[in-house]
Amino acid sequence: MDGVKVYAPLGAGLAVACRGMRKSGRTPFKGSVRDAAMHLTPAELDALLLSLNVAARSVLFSLPFAVVIAWLLTRGRFAGRWLLDALVHLPLVLPPVAVGYVLLLVFGNNGPIGGWLRNNLGIQLAFTTAGAALATAVMAFPLMVRSIRLALENVDPGLEAAARTLGAEPMDRFLTITLPLMMPGVIAGAVTAFAAGLGEFGAVITFVSNIPGVTRTIPLALYTAIQSPGGEDQALRLAILSFVLGVIGLLLAEMLARRTRHLLGR
Amino acid sequence: MLTVKVAKRRAGFVLHAEFAAPTPGVVALFGRSGCGKTTTINIMAGLLAADTAHVALDGHVLTDLPPEQRRIGYVFQDGRLFPHLSVLRNLQYGLKRTRAPQQTIAFDQIVSLLGLAPLLQRRPYQLSGGERQRVSLGRALLSQPAMLLLDEPLAALDAARRDEVLPYLERLRDNLSIPMVYVSHQFDEVLQLATHVVLMDAGHVVAHGTLSEVSLVPQLRAIVGPDSVGAVVDGIVTRVDGTSGMADLAVGSGSLNVALTSVGLGERVRVQLLARDIMLATEEPHGLSVRNQLRGVITSVATDDDSARLVTVDVGGANVLSRVTRAAVEELGLRNGMGVWVLVKAVSTRGHAFRLGVG
Repeated sequence: MDGVKVYAPLGAGLAVACRGMRKSGRTPFKGSVRDAAMHLTPAELDALLLSLNVAARSVLFSLPFAVVIAWLLTRGRFAGRWLLDALVHLPLVLPPVAVGYVLLLVFGNNGPIGGWLRNNLGIQLAFTTAGAALATAVMAFPLMVRSIRLALENVDPGLEAAARTLGAEPMDRFLTITLPLMMPGVIAGAVTAFAAGLGEFGAVITFVSNIPGVTRTIPLALYTAIQSPGGEDQALRLAILSFVLGVIGLLLAEMLARRTRHLLGR
Repeated sequence: MLTVKVAKRRAGFVLHAEFAAPTPGVVALFGRSGCGKTTTINIMAGLLAADTAHVALDGHVLTDLPPEQRRIGYVFQDGRLFPHLSVLRNLQYGLKRTRAPQQTIAFDQIVSLLGLAPLLQRRPYQLSGGERQRVSLGRALLSQPAMLLLDEPLAALDAARRDEVLPYLERLRDNLSIPMVYVSHQFDEVLQLATHVVLMDAGHVVAHGTLSEVSLVPQLRAIVGPDSVGAVVDGIVTRVDGTSGMADLAVGSGSLNVALTSVGLGERVRVQLLARDIMLATEEPHGLSVRNQLRGVITSVATDDDSARLVTVDVGGANVLSRVTRAAVEELGLRNGMGVWVLVKAVSTRGHAFRLGVG
């Protein structure tokens, strides 16, 4: 959430520039997106779409868990709460490569969970796009949980008590009162995790390697470009692409947060 | 009949409250802030865990059920409207969660009783404090409660808003036969609304009964202050003088002429006769400007403070309190069983038209 504020002036500048271009009539907005996409090489487009795919899947997959964990950490009264808290925050302090390695050990084709998934459900995670999404989700999980938790802490328990006197059972109360009231935090968490997910590197490359079209997301493509002789131009283009994506993500987060706050009547 | 027994012990505070009251009607839980009134109703609603929680209404034990199934409506001091829902959807929240056979209170009825029609499409943040409390009342009532708990619903409002909401509360009391428990530390509100009073102090019930009975209890002085002590009497309007704003009330075996507007002939009216404004005479007085003279018998002489005594006089079925100096008690030889004349200035009463159709 703080990141949104820090980058807000930068985003605003970009927005003003966009509007200026639209006003001058030289570059229609819709056309400009298509034009921009047409200027990308097939490899760049692949990396972009893959990044979006991986980030979206990681968010969709981890969001329900993040809500449940945030709820447990805020409202739960059980013995191992501190342990769960520490576990959730571990990816923030561990080297991403270490996280990727642990994932490889556990979810790899010969790992305890990875092996079971492959033998019983035919799902393979190592060296696949789904695995990249998993690694991204684990890395962004603390960010998401923190944002949702903060929102949940701001929900007045008095409103839940009021719903209770009006006959709402626990799950009903959560879905009709608690969840809508914490929605700004859930959305902010999801968008932040999505934006962070676009750039996840260490855990992804360790867990699922760097396979073009399968796991080579923008940061991995950028890394590859830097490693190849004469790849400077390619690297710069990908760096700019990352920058633009990041700014759009943050602007979107701010806009969504504002819209939901308005819907909540604040 | 409503019977309540709650107990809770926590560091530095012991609550042990037990009372019964006729239903339907408005039971006022009255006492100073921090005496355990709100804790009592929170336990009744199941919002607070307790050592003992027993609420029975007309033979049904409500506290056997989890809070969300107790059908005990609750109006919070701060309204607690759901900020993400419109007024309409706030009102429907409880209604949607009741079963059809329980639905005896109709949406349209509540909307018209509480004047909510112009507010339905608004959001809670667009409402004034008084409007918010009216919506909150409507929302609680539409959940089809077996009884309604109100936690100082007017305390967060300024005097003007309070006067705006009070008449609605009276209308609910008079039009719906839902038992209500009303927490308040404002004696004015109790005077206007209550059919039964439970006086609480330091976690215990000091006295309970009709307002007339409780108004005579000595412990009330410490709560309302010496100048607000006064017997509450019910009377029937026997004559109305519209031009002077005066009315005659039959009280006990006598009649009082008091300042009362907007009352009708034959109505039952409740007035408080402030003890500091009531004089006693040992023989029938003549040539006084005081309009009201009631014949009565002294039933108690209690110490009020160092220099004053509080004398209770039975005026033929109703009791009146008079504060007189210790010196006067000694000089006139006031004592139990003595016949006296009670003098009441017509303008010194606090009165409310109170249609006692419900209790």
